[in-house]
Amino acid sequence: MSSAKSGVLSFVLGWGAALLLFFPILWMLLTGFKTEVEAIATPPTLFFSPTMENYQAVFQRADYLSFAINSVVVSVVATALAILIAVPAAYVMAFFPTKRTRGTLLWMLSTKMMPPVGVLVPMYLLFRDFGLLDTLTGLVIIYTLMNLPIVIWMLYTFFKEVPPEILEAGRMDGARAKQEVTLLLLPLALPGIASTSLLSIILCWNEAFWSLNLSAHNAAPLTAFIASFSSPEGLFWAKLSAASTLAIAPILVFGWMSQRQLVRGLTFGAVK
Amino acid sequence: MNKKTRILGLLATTVLAGTILAGTTVVQAQQTRLTVATVNNGDMIVMQKLSSRFEQANPDIKLDWVVLEENVLRQRVTTDIATKGGQYDVLTIGTYEVPIWAKQGWIKKFDNLSADYDVADVLKPVREGLSYEGTLYALPFYAESSMTYYRTDLVQKTGLTMPERPTYDQIKEIASKIHDPANQVYGICLRGKPGWGENMAFLSTMVNTFGGQWFDKDWNTKIESPEWKQAVSFYIDLLKNYGPPGASSNGFNENLAMFSNGQCGIWIDATVAAGMVFNPATSKVSDKLGFAQAPVASWPKGSNWLWSWALAVPESSKKEAAAKKFVTWATSKEYIKLVGETEGWVSAPPGTRASTYDNKQYVEAAPFAKFVEQAIETADPINTTKNPKSYVGVQFAGIPEFQAIGTQTGQTMAAALTGQMTVDQALKTAQSAAERAMRQAGYKK
Repeated sequence: MSSAKSGVLSFVLGWGAALLLFFPILWMLLTGFKTEVEAIATPPTLFFSPTMENYQAVFQRADYLSFAINSVVVSVVATALAILIAVPAAYVMAFFPTKRTRGTLLWMLSTKMMPPVGVLVPMYLLFRDFGLLDTLTGLVIIYTLMNLPIVIWMLYTFFKEVPPEILEAGRMDGARAKQEVTLLLLPLALPGIASTSLLSIILCWNEAFWSLNLSAHNAAPLTAFIASFSSPEGLFWAKLSAASTLAIAPILVFGWMSQRQLVRGLTFGAVK
Repeated sequence: MNKKTRILGLLATTVLAGTILAGTTVVQAQQTRLTVATVNNGDMIVMQKLSSRFEQANPDIKLDWVVLEENVLRQRVTTDIATKGGQYDVLTIGTYEVPIWAKQGWIKKFDNLSADYDVADVLKPVREGLSYEGTLYALPFYAESSMTYYRTDLVQKTGLTMPERPTYDQIKEIASKIHDPANQVYGICLRGKPGWGENMAFLSTMVNTFGGQWFDKDWNTKIESPEWKQAVSFYIDLLKNYGPPGASSNGFNENLAMFSNGQCGIWIDATVAAGMVFNPATSKVSDKLGFAQAPVASWPKGSNWLWSWALAVPESSKKEAAAKKFVTWATSKEYIKLVGETEGWVSAPPGTRASTYDNKQYVEAAPFAKFVEQAIETADPINTTKNPKSYVGVQFAGIPEFQAIGTQTGQTMAAALTGQMTVDQALKTAQSAAERAMRQAGYKK
């Protein structure tokens, strides 16, 4: 195949995949500006006069800002804590592996394979006994634990890309372990740490199971805000779409702004 | 050193910010905060809106609302109550849960209601549905039964008339004449989406009126009976021949949308939909709307279901007095009057009190009022089926195992509707699954 043809093909495939992935978000955005009857019309209405009534109703019925603040605090603090714990763990596993390192890494990942509902009751009882139900501290703890395996795995992969000779040279010059990590390893693996943090924030932001089960009013994040607009008896798609747009807007903008960093991080060390 | 300080500083600030924000939930001294768990239904939204009146009248009580999707709420509240988490002070639960939870000792009694509350005014079937061993354990916020909605213009065109209480044969005849799929108008819309509260809520009433039942008086499962076969075959025949395409994914909301959009000639569903299809802001057919009772077959009882969304106070709540004060306010005659005067009488919570139906303003604003009252009054959760039964409930069996049994049966019925199974196969599968569940639960040895 000539290079021109393959260029056209990748252009079409790339744009096709991008449009396919973006379509649900676009449809949600449009539905948020329709009336409830237009939102469920068959065939779907493509041309309509936009209305702000759903956004007005959403703001009237729920305190968006309080949910959004909870989401920001929980995502950022849980990510910071996960990184704080994961950096030393990944450092030791990447540069001083033992015969059990691989097994430990796989064991950590295996905890992600268990459906969370399987441990709901024990976790609920623990949270109740420690007074953590419906608290931001409780959600921060569960999100940190939830993301820790994936954060350690990602950092481990990024750290493995850093040539050990550089750290050895630092050690030869008298750097202690702490200095080695903070002055040599972290600056070198910064794109990787940045992309891991971004991914962790996104995972925390979108998490619904634990937030719906462990929070009620005080600590409820934006996932609980979205869930409150689904109705068993009544039309709700337009309002639910408006609420969802408001809930994903901050993380969408954040992801858009940091996409360069994210892509750089994810491809870090891919070509040596 | 600078970089190190910056990283540490950033982390410290983030953790500190989190801690400070986490600690900002300052509860004002001497104010009782009640957490109310509810669903996002129209009547509940009005309650949330008008609750500021309650707070104004009771400045020592502050309400915090937790609004969740019905199934999430049920699971969330069950976890909290079973583990005595104490997260909620007021719960929105239904007729199915109340007797079961009362038996478990999970919810508090309402046995000392004041004379002002006028408990005798609450419709008898609703009151009985929310009682356990003769004592009320929850107070009804709104109640519903089932009824038939139809398009008067389309029925008129067929040259037939819709009786006040049609039979299923009459429904089939009218639906067959209305059915016009080329113009996207379907003879009949019914629930097909699997779930004990979705397709099985409707199908159970159909089974009742065809003479069938879930279990007999000795807890023998009766799904694989001739009555079930007749009812299910009739249901599938109706939907396959005169229903919309993809009926197995249609629940209450999907059918409401289709009927409001003018795509259904007949729709048999909850009485609570009456206000929604009658509202010109959400319905294109509000001016050509006809009402009739739920259809019957060989057995005249059991074709009207009975459901009530009610407010209860969990045993784990430490604020019983304040919680009960709010529940009695939200289910009182005064509250219904407040909704009528502020939101319009058509929005008044239906189905709970005789006084609502004696109110001329309500009856004038809601032409469907008498149908709803009659449907609820004729729904009898105890004497429902042709042959004696061991359970309480019209469209469900009031035992904890029913949710799983009902949903599994609903899945096999949906499979029969889509043609993945024959009716016989579906009934056999559902029968053996239900028998197994009942044996495991100890009802049958």
